[in-house]
Amino acid sequence: MADSTLAAIAPTVTPLKMVVGKSDTKPTWCPGCGDYGVIASLEMALKKLQLPPEQVVIVSGIGCSSNLPQFLNAYGFHGIHGRSLPVAEGIRWANHDLHVVVTGGDGDGFGIGAGHFVHAMRRNVKLTYIVMDNQIYGLTTGQASPTSMMGHKTKSTPEGVIENPIDPIALALAAGATYVARGFSGDVKHMAELVANGLQHRGFAFIDALSPCVTYNKLNTFDWFRQRIYKLESAGHDPKDIGQAYARSLEWGEKIPIGLFYRAERPTYEELEEVLAAGPLAHQSTGLLGKERLLEEFR
Amino acid sequence: MKEISVRAGGQAGDGIASVGDTIAKSFSRMGLHVFGLNSYQSVIRGGHVWFQARAGAERFYSQGDGCDVLYALDLQTAEVHLPTLRDGGVVIYDPEKFQIDPSKIPVGVSALEVPTLALARKHTPQSILQNAAGVGACAYLAGIPLPLLHEAISDSFGKKKGEVVDWNLACAADGYAHAQSKRPPHPHAVALAGPPKMLMTGNQAIALGAAAAGLKFLAQYPMTPASTIMHWLAAHSMETGVVVKQAEDELAAIHMAIGASYGGVRAMTATSGGGFSLMVEALGMAGMCEIPLVVVESQRSGPSTGLPTKTEQGDLALMLGAGQGEFPRAILAPSSPAEAYRAAVQAFALAENWQTPVLLASDLYLSESSATVELAEIDFKVPIPSLRLEPGNGNGHSGEYLRYRYTESGVSPRSLPGQRGLQWTAASDEHDEKGHLISDVKSGIPHWVAERKRMMDKRMHKLEGLAREAEPPVQEGPAQADLTIVTWGSTIGPVRDAMKILAAKGRKVNLVHFPTVYPVHHERTMALLGAARRTLLIEANFSGQFGRLLRTETGLHLTDRLLKYDGEPFYPMEIVGRALELLDGR
Ligand SMILES: Cc1ncc(C[n+]2csc(CCOP(=O)(O)OP(=O)(O)O)c2C)c(N)n1
Ligand code: SF4
Repeated sequence: MADSTLAAIAPTVTPLKMVVGKSDTKPTWCPGCGDYGVIASLEMALKKLQLPPEQVVIVSGIGCSSNLPQFLNAYGFHGIHGRSLPVAEGIRWANHDLHVVVTGGDGDGFGIGAGHFVHAMRRNVKLTYIVMDNQIYGLTTGQASPTSMMGHKTKSTPEGVIENPIDPIALALAAGATYVARGFSGDVKHMAELVANGLQHRGFAFIDALSPCVTYNKLNTFDWFRQRIYKLESAGHDPKDIGQAYARSLEWGEKIPIGLFYRAERPTYEELEEVLAAGPLAHQSTGLLGKERLLEEFR
Repeated sequence: MKEISVRAGGQAGDGIASVGDTIAKSFSRMGLHVFGLNSYQSVIRGGHVWFQARAGAERFYSQGDGCDVLYALDLQTAEVHLPTLRDGGVVIYDPEKFQIDPSKIPVGVSALEVPTLALARKHTPQSILQNAAGVGACAYLAGIPLPLLHEAISDSFGKKKGEVVDWNLACAADGYAHAQSKRPPHPHAVALAGPPKMLMTGNQAIALGAAAAGLKFLAQYPMTPASTIMHWLAAHSMETGVVVKQAEDELAAIHMAIGASYGGVRAMTATSGGGFSLMVEALGMAGMCEIPLVVVESQRSGPSTGLPTKTEQGDLALMLGAGQGEFPRAILAPSSPAEAYRAAVQAFALAENWQTPVLLASDLYLSESSATVELAEIDFKVPIPSLRLEPGNGNGHSGEYLRYRYTESGVSPRSLPGQRGLQWTAASDEHDEKGHLISDVKSGIPHWVAERKRMMDKRMHKLEGLAREAEPPVQEGPAQADLTIVTWGSTIGPVRDAMKILAAKGRKVNLVHFPTVYPVHHERTMALLGAARRTLLIEANFSGQFGRLLRTETGLHLTDRLLKYDGEPFYPMEIVGRALELLDGR
């Protein structure tokens, strides 16, 4: 039987068309957590693009931030720690009609999942990846993360961190990402703009979302960021220029840039995978009936 | 029984695999049953590799014992393999390359000198052409007609034409003629037996079976002996409609497959023990989120990197226990390419019907050996169970959609992204019928404590269904026997051949094997083994892992064992020897 997966679906009553909004599960984050700003900006971006919830899948790993998919009414996949990206890639390749958003923490994405991060970017899979970067491990109650700054005293580094932090922006540029941005949870509208543009980007869109952990990170607080951030778009930055993007990515300290660092045009993995030219995989026929000539090589 | 085994050996890089392929293919095109064994090392150049093609008119299931024609490309091959030549055997070699000490040649075995290098030099100074002359001599001794050999050689070059192909054909003819001028064919030389048969490896059969069963997405990371599944599907991606992704590691491979399955396509990953060890956490996620998934675990000798090119059935305990906590799974273990094709089809049906991971256990011996299959055994007309999707808008009491609704069977209709109004979030955390987490603010609260138990029961209940639907244990041979051999997976092959030898000796021996290693079909196992007079457990591992599983599941303790963990496959005579020891009370 050569059935097509989705042809089998015949809803008896079609519910009204909706746009993505909140689910009936309330966020469980600490009051004041930066992640509230991130989910607000994501919701705003999805609404702006009028995306129906059944066409959106939000994928995450494990961490405070990774709880996000539970709180919106789209499809969701709240998987295991560090593995959100490969799950999201699989979903995209199964059905590239879908908008796939990936959310998670800096530990999830740059620590345990760092390998997947680099490879997803070089592939230019069309995904919107938002990392809620709080420079700490929240859910496990405050250990150092790959973006914790030198000297930062945490539960696992009582004398201060003694290794250099990862620079997610520079890493993304080096890995060949085609949309590299940084937002700040304290400026929801600005971040929503970055996310909305990321959702429309042809390929992998990475948004490093500065999202303070008010409970475990007493160093990189909302105030700390407010004193330092500035917007690239008001500083004459040209996001088409990778040299400028690299230079700006190195700024971290007195001044911290937010906005779009880099954007490039490149075909997506899905566009280059020949089998997908025939349409989303989930809509293609299955089985080998009628393809008996495949057996010729064995004779 | 008229059958012949041709063995060729040399160094890696000598082209032994293509020598073997040509001979094996010629045999299968003669309508003979063939078993091709490829023995190689974890080096790209040098070392010692060999290939054996066994061919005969009667069906057999292993490489058998010993060989009849040995083509030695180097002295080491002659030294290692001369003792395996049976009475009437012939060793082919080129005296220009090395000499064989006549005292090393066993009684009843003769040598045939073939000037392979000289014959090759007529065309080119490239020494690789010498193999064609050697193959020609082998073919003559084995009874392969020259035109048939020529066809096999041309086909091995694909669409390529030109002088290299012509040289090979001419050189093979010269080798053939040279042998013919020196001696008659081997007394066991085979003859045409019928229409051509198909020859394929276990991995090719798995790939075909998966594609026939609806596979649309394979993600894999290279690892011997699973890699050729990816190679075959990648080479046939457009024809089969399967997207093949080489992932950055096995962690990514299994997660991509899980994502694709969640997205609505039948998905698979394949690996060996090392890669499977990395997949363990994800396997549990598929179980927890109730996502259909097929994982091929082609075992090789462990522990750790072990013997990467040698076989073993040492990962059963790993497959049984992989993943924290408990979740339902099935493990299928075919023993031949034909069975592997069927097992792949079954694996997809079980995974889909029970929304849980299904493991297909292979090993190097099955994955990389080739054997003939009948057309009827590779029938593309296989059932592809449709995805169990929620047909309406909701199924809950107030019209909402409950992804994990409690049902009689434990299986709840799922929905795919794209289905309007049926959104849900798959969660690796414990969840309620809706899929909402009960792991954070609800955990430990009495109502949710009860809910957790109910959800575990729902999932684990699927094991009963799996046991019902999966293939039960099988008995082969006489119903009443003095000895019952118990085994699983690829070891079944050599056991079947050993049983034939034992039957010919008038011994009453039968075999009980387990196409489904897990869950164990309790009733049928007890019916087959409960009253067995005497049993012999045979496995390719150190501790008798399947025996341990049987004991845990049924209380049956099989104390007489034949366990092998030297990396080599079982040979029928080893099994015959152990069986006779037990039968004769030695
Ligand atoms: C394989 C594995 N290792 C460790 C953990 C424990 N763990 C849960 S969340 C987490 C890190 C959380 O930090 P981050 O990803 O930055 O997210 P945040 O909580 O800060 O949002 C860890 C180590 C786990 N769940 N799985
Ligand atoms: S611990 Fe930190 S990251 Fe987690 S919810 Fe609280 S504030 Fe947010």
